[in-house]
Amino acid sequence: MTFEKFVFYLFAAILVFAATMVITRRNPVHSALFLVLAFFSSAGIWLLAEAEFLAIVLILVYVGAVMVLFLFVVMMLDIDLATLRAGFIRYMPVGALVALVMAVEIFMVVGPANFGLDKVPAPVAQPAGYNNTEELGSVLYTVYMYPFEVAAVILLVGIIAAIGLTMRRRPETKYQNPSLQVRVKKADRLRVIKMDAED
Amino acid sequence: MQFDTSSLIPVLPEIFILTAACVVLVVDLFLKDEQRVISYGMTQISLLLAIVITLMTAPAETRIVFDGSVVRDGMSDILKIAIFIISGGAFLYSKEYLRDRDLFKGEYYVLGLFAVLGMMVMVSANSFLTVYLGLELLALCFYALVAFNRDSEDGSEAAMKYFVLGALASGMLLYGISMIYGATGSIGFQAVSEGLANPDVNKMVLVFGLVFVVIGLAFKFGAVPFHMWVPDVYQGAPTAVVTFLGSTPKIAAFALAMRMLVDGLGGLHGDWQYMLVILAILSMGVGNVFAIAQGNIKRMLAYSTISHVGFILLGILAGTSKGYTAAMFYSIVYAIMALGAFGIVMLLSRRGFEAENLEDYKGLGERSPWFAGMMLLVMFSMAGVPPTVGFFAKMFVLEAVISIDMTWLALVGVFFSIIGAFYYLRIVKLMYFDRPVDETPLTAGMDTQIALTINGLSMLVLGMFPASLLSLCAAAFG
Repeated sequence: MTFEKFVFYLFAAILVFAATMVITRRNPVHSALFLVLAFFSSAGIWLLAEAEFLAIVLILVYVGAVMVLFLFVVMMLDIDLATLRAGFIRYMPVGALVALVMAVEIFMVVGPANFGLDKVPAPVAQPAGYNNTEELGSVLYTVYMYPFEVAAVILLVGIIAAIGLTMRRRPETKYQNPSLQVRVKKADRLRVIKMDAED
Repeated sequence: MQFDTSSLIPVLPEIFILTAACVVLVVDLFLKDEQRVISYGMTQISLLLAIVITLMTAPAETRIVFDGSVVRDGMSDILKIAIFIISGGAFLYSKEYLRDRDLFKGEYYVLGLFAVLGMMVMVSANSFLTVYLGLELLALCFYALVAFNRDSEDGSEAAMKYFVLGALASGMLLYGISMIYGATGSIGFQAVSEGLANPDVNKMVLVFGLVFVVIGLAFKFGAVPFHMWVPDVYQGAPTAVVTFLGSTPKIAAFALAMRMLVDGLGGLHGDWQYMLVILAILSMGVGNVFAIAQGNIKRMLAYSTISHVGFILLGILAGTSKGYTAAMFYSIVYAIMALGAFGIVMLLSRRGFEAENLEDYKGLGERSPWFAGMMLLVMFSMAGVPPTVGFFAKMFVLEAVISIDMTWLALVGVFFSIIGAFYYLRIVKLMYFDRPVDETPLTAGMDTQIALTINGLSMLVLGMFPASLLSLCAAAFG
């Protein structure tokens, strides 16, 4: 077994373990942390496949931003786990059976019978100076320009939808207006009253 | 590599709608609440101009630009113009409804225009990547629109269900696309169909991917057994949104099926034909039978949508240009019918009252003979009663199915539409033969009245002259 193969199986084993833990842990914070581990190990596998840009983006975006935000939400919300878990045991046998059938089917299709090395040759290793990021960038803004622009519009719609659904002035909530606070003058707040000194 | 600026001309309608949506978004920020009608007007003018631009830039022959991402052909132009007109109608009907419920906001029109853009991208897509991005753009706008009334618990629940199931469907679709990429090494439709012709191609992987693509497609269409979200979304979302959601996206879904199954995976016709047969029979059966049991008209129309989707699938599965023409005709006609039906639902609703129950339609013939007449035409058309256009739509689809020697399937279709006729005719009975329960006079602006009249009469006019629309559809597959 070459060292590369060993690293692949190591990361793959950690990935499968972490993914299993994500869906079986009782505490959602633990699940989220295991998901971070799963992302790290899949980033490692991508590095092995010479896709270093995707690996870094996965860590930066998913681990750095999405999962931190997710942990934040999990800690802020009071999720009632008892109701979420109700019926887990009841649906477990059917769910497990369906999952098993699906897993066997998927293995039969994407397994060595159809994607073995004799069917799909292994990609040629790139020379040392090869830059995956540059390769992606050169097609992203030329060949895939139209899909890229549409993706940008999707992000814009995401912003509009998020703001449209959450920004609202509730009359009962109290909020500060920093602009007014900064602009306040001494005269607005302080009134000097002249009065005679008392004996 | 030099960028050819002439390749921008075929996508000019998309660029225009995107610009218009951004302009409405910015202008709306500076408007006071009583000036919202300006956003509405700008939206309608944009849709009108988009029709003009689409007609002016229509190329003489099919053009594929942006390295195979976009295609501009006869089918895309006709479907886009249908989408502009019907979306404009939906915005027009919903104006008063939104105003009565303090929902008359610029975001509705901005998200609406972006949804139109998403449908245009889907209609003109020439690769799996573009088709998927268009689909997500459309879906994201609708997730937000369904939850548009934030004080409504039903609306939030519907949006949540729609979002979760929609995300699941997108995942399925992407998984299927990845399999097709694995087998053919490409995501462009031309390259995929060339890859299919190669005898060395791995058929098993392809069919496996196809199953997931069809599942994703069925989710978006709302075909049985992937229809669970449809009734809840139709019932929970504001009627103004349902009018839009229930009409034009069916045209886009038809385009989605045509682009992916015919342009891309046409070589696997023998495989997807039987998948669609199952979906079509189940959709027609479940849709028509369950609609009978509904007391809520929005839920009833949701099940009716499911049954109509079955008919659209019948046309597509025929796999002949006659079948595609019939399915295209059906999807456009269905969008017009759904627009009219929901338009009447909104006409009967007023501030603090939703005309959601079937009882609310009792005695409409006495309260407003003219609009009862329009509803009658729409219901007859949905049921497929001649001489309305719904009859011809069903007939063309059945003809196409019979011409590929699947007469039994046509008989199944006829059988279920006879069952379906019951609940459409029940509305007609309630309108004309029952005493009105609610005597409140109907109020509607002149624009809504004129639009509803045109909408209702178009059922009759298109039914008298079906060849006008049919020849347009046939030209797209000429």
